[in-house]
Amino acid sequence: MQSESIIDVKNLVKKFGSFVANDNLTFEVKKGEIFGFLGTNGAGKTTAIRILCGLSYPTSGEVNIAGYDIYKDREKIKKSIGYMSQKFSLYEDLTVYENIRFYAGIYGIDKKSIKSRTDELLEKLNMIDIRNKLIKDLPLGWRQKIAFSVAIFHHPAIVFLDEPTGGVDPITRRQFWELIYQAAHDGITVFVTTHYMDEAEYCQRVAIMTEGKIAVTDAPLNLIKKYAVNNMDEVFLKIARA
Amino acid sequence: MKRFIGFVRKEFYHIIRDWRTLIILFGMPVIQLILFGYVITNEIKDVKIAVFDQSKDETTLRLINKITASGYFKLTENINSYDEIEQIFKKGFVKQVVVFEPDFAKKLKKEGKASIQLLTDASEPNTANLVVNYTSGIISGFMAEENKLADIPVKIIPEVRMLYNPELKGVFMFVPGIMAMLLMLVSAIMTSISITREKELGTMEVLLVSPLKPVQIIFGKVAPYVLLAFIDAIIIIAIGHFVFKMPVLGSVSLLMLEALIFITVALSLGILISTVTNSQQVAMMLSMVALMLPTILLSGFIFPIENMPWPLQALCQIMPPKYFIIIIKSIMLKGNGFLYVWKETLILLAMAAFFILLSVKKFKVRLEA
Amino acid sequence: MKTIFYIIQKEFIQVSRNRMMLPIIFVVPIVQLLILVHAATFEMKQIKMCVVDNDFSATSRKLISKFSGSPFFRIKYSSFSYSEAEKFLQKGKADVILQVPPHFEKNLNTNNPGKVMLSINAINGVAAGLIYAYSGQIINDFNKDMSSGKIQIAENHTRPETINITYTHWYNPQLNYKTFMVPGILVLLVTLIGLFLAGMNIVREKEIGTIEQINVTPIKKYQFIAGKLVPFWIIALFELAFGLSLGKLLFNIPMLGSLWLVFLAAAIYLIAVLGMGLFISTLANTQQQAMFLSFFFMIVFLLMSGLFTSVESMPQWAQYFNKINPIAYFIRIMRMVLLKGSGFSDIRIELLSLAAIGSAVLAMAVRRYRKVA
Repeated sequence: MQSESIIDVKNLVKKFGSFVANDNLTFEVKKGEIFGFLGTNGAGKTTAIRILCGLSYPTSGEVNIAGYDIYKDREKIKKSIGYMSQKFSLYEDLTVYENIRFYAGIYGIDKKSIKSRTDELLEKLNMIDIRNKLIKDLPLGWRQKIAFSVAIFHHPAIVFLDEPTGGVDPITRRQFWELIYQAAHDGITVFVTTHYMDEAEYCQRVAIMTEGKIAVTDAPLNLIKKYAVNNMDEVFLKIARA
Repeated sequence: MKRFIGFVRKEFYHIIRDWRTLIILFGMPVIQLILFGYVITNEIKDVKIAVFDQSKDETTLRLINKITASGYFKLTENINSYDEIEQIFKKGFVKQVVVFEPDFAKKLKKEGKASIQLLTDASEPNTANLVVNYTSGIISGFMAEENKLADIPVKIIPEVRMLYNPELKGVFMFVPGIMAMLLMLVSAIMTSISITREKELGTMEVLLVSPLKPVQIIFGKVAPYVLLAFIDAIIIIAIGHFVFKMPVLGSVSLLMLEALIFITVALSLGILISTVTNSQQVAMMLSMVALMLPTILLSGFIFPIENMPWPLQALCQIMPPKYFIIIIKSIMLKGNGFLYVWKETLILLAMAAFFILLSVKKFKVRLEA
Repeated sequence: MKTIFYIIQKEFIQVSRNRMMLPIIFVVPIVQLLILVHAATFEMKQIKMCVVDNDFSATSRKLISKFSGSPFFRIKYSSFSYSEAEKFLQKGKADVILQVPPHFEKNLNTNNPGKVMLSINAINGVAAGLIYAYSGQIINDFNKDMSSGKIQIAENHTRPETINITYTHWYNPQLNYKTFMVPGILVLLVTLIGLFLAGMNIVREKEIGTIEQINVTPIKKYQFIAGKLVPFWIIALFELAFGLSLGKLLFNIPMLGSLWLVFLAAAIYLIAVLGMGLFISTLANTQQQAMFLSFFFMIVFLLMSGLFTSVESMPQWAQYFNKINPIAYFIRIMRMVLLKGSGFSDIRIELLSLAAIGSAVLAMAVRRYRKVA
């Protein structure tokens, strides 16, 4: 349990006009964990994750990422994080290799390393023969995996995943989570939002959001016991109804 | 029917909420009218000239005064040698150098003839031509005054009437053209972009799967733009009339009807373009190149068609804006009724029918693909 | 710096993969040059004239044949009544009516002035002015011809004095409009491509969402803007070279000045134009908006730039406006250098102004582009 927190959030508030999207969120994520941010659509997950990534300004509250204060050192944080958005933001008119090379280059990885790491990566994912295929010609599941790989290519300390498994079959989802486990095993802290409650059980700890507030934060097993139900689905139903 | 209305309503919301585009749609005609009305003109005023007076006597001074007093010219430099001429032209401000030969007044008295050389910077040929004509005119006028006592046996005097535009106002040329351009912009370009946008975003498929018939989808997409285009047309005519005093001699309802026909042609062109591509960017570039530029250049809006080489004139014949501009000028400035414009109207109607059929066919093909 | 390179690389790949864009970039200039240059002229030829000769005398016929002999006029109709002739004007089939009233020749023979009436379709004011001028010249010449047979110099009459006017048009002796238009149209071309391509670009990334992926990286704002600028700058310069060679090949436009100077000016000009496009891109949320904004600005700047009409004849406030109009500066430079051979010192001020506008616009684009919403 050598857990120092790598993400530290206190009383985070985000307002859009008079609408409060994030209402006094307080939580911390320990280094190396897989932390899930659960909630229904519209609960405020994406808003929160965008603030943590430095894509959006908080209205108020303290946010510390990897030791940096989000108000003072926002750009410094960006070197240590990776992000995968809901849209998987890959360029459709570029090939797999070209996408990887582009983002890797922006993160400052040198040419040789890009090449060698890409080769390794493609081998691991079994994608060597689609190296030069355009993204738009690939099925969704493959795009997901590639997007994730791009997000962690530069070995960031934390990777933020916003609903990464939307729209694919359960087998592909499983495969994707194996990639996440692998990353965590390599020391990357994973912060993932999802509305699939079964995925919650893959996380070490979760926070459940409803209507802009965090209802509970705990390990999934503890929550299941606490609410005396069989799985996270039912935990969520209980909380959401309250 | 209810579905259709709901769909049209959605399209309206799209547009109304996009205030940036709306501002431009309504602001553009106004700005352009101002530009054309007050700023852009082929007439000359305060053109900078230089004088190389090798005589410097009373006559030359009087002539120079007359030239500068006309308001067309402004004397900015007096030069003293032929070499300076090249330099002065290179600097790019002076457009004409007026050269008086030595002993000008003396020669005029003794031999009855003296020479003036007009050297122009013809890198702007239009200006150069006008400048020479105006300067010659002033000099001739000067001579005529001096010669009042002389006998000129044969004198034909032309009486001139300027019809339809007695004050030679430039704006009459431009209002119809601006109208054509704007209607084309709104109806064709915006429509093509709107449709390709749905395709790009993927929502078009959703629409196609819904109970709405393809025809209804197209109509629904297009309806708000018809209204916008119409409003634009009214704005332009109103400004043209009230601000620039452009007459509306003919029937206003005929004018509106013709505008509607032209809008239909433009719309069908927009739809046609949208069937050719799925990308907004391409739709835009295509619309610009295939529709907007020809409207501005080949419709007779700025450059008269009669002066173009014949292959281009042939090309102009298939430009819908050309006919529309003829119709508008005819109705507004000459007060003509339908009898005078039936031919052009028929052509426009035929074009509308043709393009609509073509786009419907292409659209169906796309669907089945 | 390497970061910028990666963006440039990506942009080039994307442009080359875009099936439709490539032909547009190459075909459009050719088409535009061919069409525009031939279309864009204010010359008047073959003015359609309808003649109403109510005199039927030898003199009236001589006058009319002088008109038909002129390259400017074409006698398309002759009519017996003025009202019939006016119908031709009404229908747009004729531009001017020349009416010779009865007793025309008799009047002239008795040393009275002979009147003729010119009715001109003045909807196009400038054309009408020119028609009037040309007609006036022909009538004047006719006067002189007729007079030379009849001049008698009596002692108590003063001899008429005539001033001989000769004119020479420098740089363009035939008043060739093409010479005038090609440089301008090249500017238009290069501006179109630059403004639209750059203008769409950032918005597109906004629309498809990849801009978030970029904003999450440690990339600096200026690196992003620079990376977006360079590829289109290169493409536009290439377009210019392409267009210039076409201009030389097809129209034999003069290239009196230094081509290096032209490209130097183009390089600076393009920074200003692309910068504007990028700035617009940061303002708009959708590609449609970006296009409209770009179009709007382009039209305004273009019309006021002196491409089609002369800048000096514009009102004072318009001339002030042109101080921040990059197109105006560049057109001036192009025409001065290509057609007159002006040198660096002659266009110093224009170059500086362009540089100033370019830096200002780029700075605005960098400022306005927010990595954080």
